[in-house]
Amino acid sequence: MKLSRIMVVVAVLLLMSAGLACAGQDLDAVKKKGYVQVGVNGGVFGFGMPDEKGVWRGLDVDTGRAIAAAVFGDASKIKYTPLTAQQRFTALQSGEIDVLCRNATRTLTRETQLGLNFVTVNYYDGQGFMVPKKLGVKSAKELSGATVCVLPGTTTEQNAADYFRSNKMDWKPVVIEATAELAKTFFAGRCDVLTSDASQLAGARATAPNPKDYVILPEIISKEPLAPAVRHGDDQWRDIVDFTVLAMIQAEEYGITSKNVDEMLKSSDPGVQRFLGVIEGNGKALGLDEKWAYNIIKQVGNYGEVFERNVGKNTSLGIERGLNALWTNGGLMYSPPFK
Amino acid sequence: MAPTDTSAPPRVPFWRDPAKRALVFQAAALILVFGIGYFLFVNTQANLARQNIATGFSFLGNEASFEIGESVIPYSAADTYFRALLVGALNTIKVAFIGIVLTTILGTLVGVARLSKNWLLSKLAGGFIETMQNIPVLLQLFFWYAIFYESFPAPRQALHPLPGVFLCNRGLIFGIPLKDPAHGAMFWALVAALILSWFLHRWARLRQARTGQIFPAIRCGLLLCVTLPLLVWWGYGAPTTMDMPVLRGFNFTGGMTVSPEFSALLIGLVLYTSAFVAEIVRAGIQSVGTGQVEAAMAVGLKSGQVLHLVILPQALRVIIPPLTSQMLNLTKNSSLAIAIGFPDFVAVANTTINQTGQAIEGVALIMVVYLFFSLSTSFFMNWYNKKMALVER
Repeated sequence: MKLSRIMVVVAVLLLMSAGLACAGQDLDAVKKKGYVQVGVNGGVFGFGMPDEKGVWRGLDVDTGRAIAAAVFGDASKIKYTPLTAQQRFTALQSGEIDVLCRNATRTLTRETQLGLNFVTVNYYDGQGFMVPKKLGVKSAKELSGATVCVLPGTTTEQNAADYFRSNKMDWKPVVIEATAELAKTFFAGRCDVLTSDASQLAGARATAPNPKDYVILPEIISKEPLAPAVRHGDDQWRDIVDFTVLAMIQAEEYGITSKNVDEMLKSSDPGVQRFLGVIEGNGKALGLDEKWAYNIIKQVGNYGEVFERNVGKNTSLGIERGLNALWTNGGLMYSPPFK
Repeated sequence: MAPTDTSAPPRVPFWRDPAKRALVFQAAALILVFGIGYFLFVNTQANLARQNIATGFSFLGNEASFEIGESVIPYSAADTYFRALLVGALNTIKVAFIGIVLTTILGTLVGVARLSKNWLLSKLAGGFIETMQNIPVLLQLFFWYAIFYESFPAPRQALHPLPGVFLCNRGLIFGIPLKDPAHGAMFWALVAALILSWFLHRWARLRQARTGQIFPAIRCGLLLCVTLPLLVWWGYGAPTTMDMPVLRGFNFTGGMTVSPEFSALLIGLVLYTSAFVAEIVRAGIQSVGTGQVEAAMAVGLKSGQVLHLVILPQALRVIIPPLTSQMLNLTKNSSLAIAIGFPDFVAVANTTINQTGQAIEGVALIMVVYLFFSLSTSFFMNWYNKKMALVER
C-alpha cells in the first residue's frame, strides 16, 4: 500500500529530526559510538598526515588521540576524517566529526558566526612567505607583482590580500584546494611565492624535491593561534577537549612524561596527586574517569614530548619551541591550575 | 434487475470515482510536499539558531577581503562578496561559452571524420573518441595543468615564438591594441554588418526561390563583417599603438594573459565533451537514409551541398537534443575548476561559504546559478530545435 509507505517515510523523518534536535550531549554520543571522530588535515607533514604505513601522525593527530585517551582510557579509540580547509567547519557544524584538530586559526568571525567554540591553543603560528632561493628575494616587501600560491577559504588568503593591499603591492593569487597539489604547483614554478602558516611552509619544504633551494622570508605577517574546535551547545564536551590540551601543557610543567608518569603517581606533591587522580575530584568534575590525565600522559605524552616528536628540532621540520615553549621558558604555553 | 436502474445511474461513492480520487491524491501529495518542506525549513532554522549560526543573505554586502586570480570585470579584495560571486559567475560563463563553441566545432569535425572513407582519418577519429571518453575528466584536467606548469619555462626564460608573444608557465602572454575609442565604434560596425548580412541572406533566399538564381550571400556577408569594421578603424585614423607585454620584476606586465588554469580547464573540457559530441554527430548523420544522399547526388549537387542542404538539416533533428545535454554537462563539469585553481563560481562560492559560514545560503546560490545556466541553455536549444523542425516540414 502506497499510503503506509508514505507513513513510514514520515515517521523516519520525524525520528531523524528528533535525533537532530536533541543531539546536544556530545559526550554521551561519543561514548555510545565507542570512538572519537576527529577532523584532521590530510596532507600537512608534522600536523596531520598518514605516514608511509598509513598510520596517522602529527601534533593535531596526537591531540585527537589524547582526547580518546581521556574519554575511553585508550588512545586508539579514534577515527580520522581528513578535511580540506573548505570542508572543515561544515563537517563540524553538521556533526560529521566530534572535534576538529586541524590547524584552524581562532578568529572572532569563526567564533561568533560559525556556531563553533575554539579551545586552548595547541600551536602558536604566524603566516610567512616561502620563495625559491634563486629569485634572490630577501624580504616580503620586495614581492610586488608576484604570483602567490595560497589555499582557498583560509585566514591566510585574507591576510595575504590585506598585506599586499596595505603595502600597496600588486599580486596575483593561484588558489588550489588540495594542500599537496598546491605545493607541487609551487615547486614546479607556477608561482613565485607560497604563503601559509610558517609551520606549514616548513612542512611543505620538507617534502620539496630539493628543500635547500627554498627560503622562508623573515616577515611573519599575522598571528595564527591554532586551536581545536567543537560545536556550540555542549559545555561539558568543550571542557573535556579544552582540559585535554591543557593537561598536556600542565604535565610538561610538572615534569611528568610518558616515561616517568608511573613513578609520579607516588609523588608527594598534592598538585601532582590531584592531576594524576591519586587525589580524586578532577575526573568526576569533567564526567570522566579519575585516571583521565594519567591516561593522556601515559599513552600520548606531555606537550613537549608531542612537540618534539612531530615538529621539533630532530624532525625534518626542525622547528624551535619559540612561542610554543612553556611560560616558564619564555613561551606562551600556560595552563590554569588543575584544582 | 430493479427498475430504478434505468432512470439514473447509481451514485458512485467518491472514493471509487477515479477523477475525484485523483484530485484527493494530488491534494494529499501537495500537502505532504509542502509539509516536509516547511518542516525541513523550520527544523533547519531551529538547529542553526541553537548552534548560533548566523543566517540570511546580508553577508553579500560585506567586504570579501580575498583576491581573485582572474576576472572579466574589475575586482579587488576591497569589493563585496556579491561582486566576488559575480566575478565567479562570469568566469564560469566565459569558460562554458567558449567551451561549448569549441566543443561543437571540434565534435562535428571528429564526428564527420569518423565516417570518412579515408581509413586513417576514420581510425584516428575513433581512437580520439575512445581515449577521451574513457579517461575521467578530472584526470584530464590535472594532466593538462601539469603539462603547463611542468613543461613550460619560468617567465625570465619565456619562449618567444613571435614578436610580442610569450609562452611560459604563467600562461600565454601577447600584445593587444592599446585602448582606443575606435574599438567601440568597430564593435558597433561589426554588429551592423551582422544585421546587414542577415537581411542579405534573406533577400538572396527569396530571390533564389523566385528566379532560381544563386547569390553568394555567405561570402558577401563575411566580406561585409571584415570590411565594415576595418573602414571604421581607418576612419578613426588607423590607431596602431599596441599594449605590449614587458618582463618587469617577477612577471610580465601589460598585454593580455591567458592563464594556465583557464587553458587547462578549457582544453580538458573541450576534448572530453567533444568526444561525446562526435558520437552524437556520427549517429545523427547515419540516421539519414542512404537514399537521401543518392537522390541528392542524382540531381547533381556537390558533396558539400549534399552535406549542407540534405544531410545536416535532417541529422540536426536527431543531434540537437543530446547535444543540449552535452552542453549542460560541459557547464556542470566546469565546476571541477577548483582542483586546478581556476576561480569559477563554485570556487568563489566555496571560499565565501568558508569565510562567512553561510553554508546553506552559499549552496542555495550555487543551485540557483547553475539552474539558471542550465535552463537558459535548454531554452535556447529547444527554441533552435523547434526552428529546425519547422524548417524541415
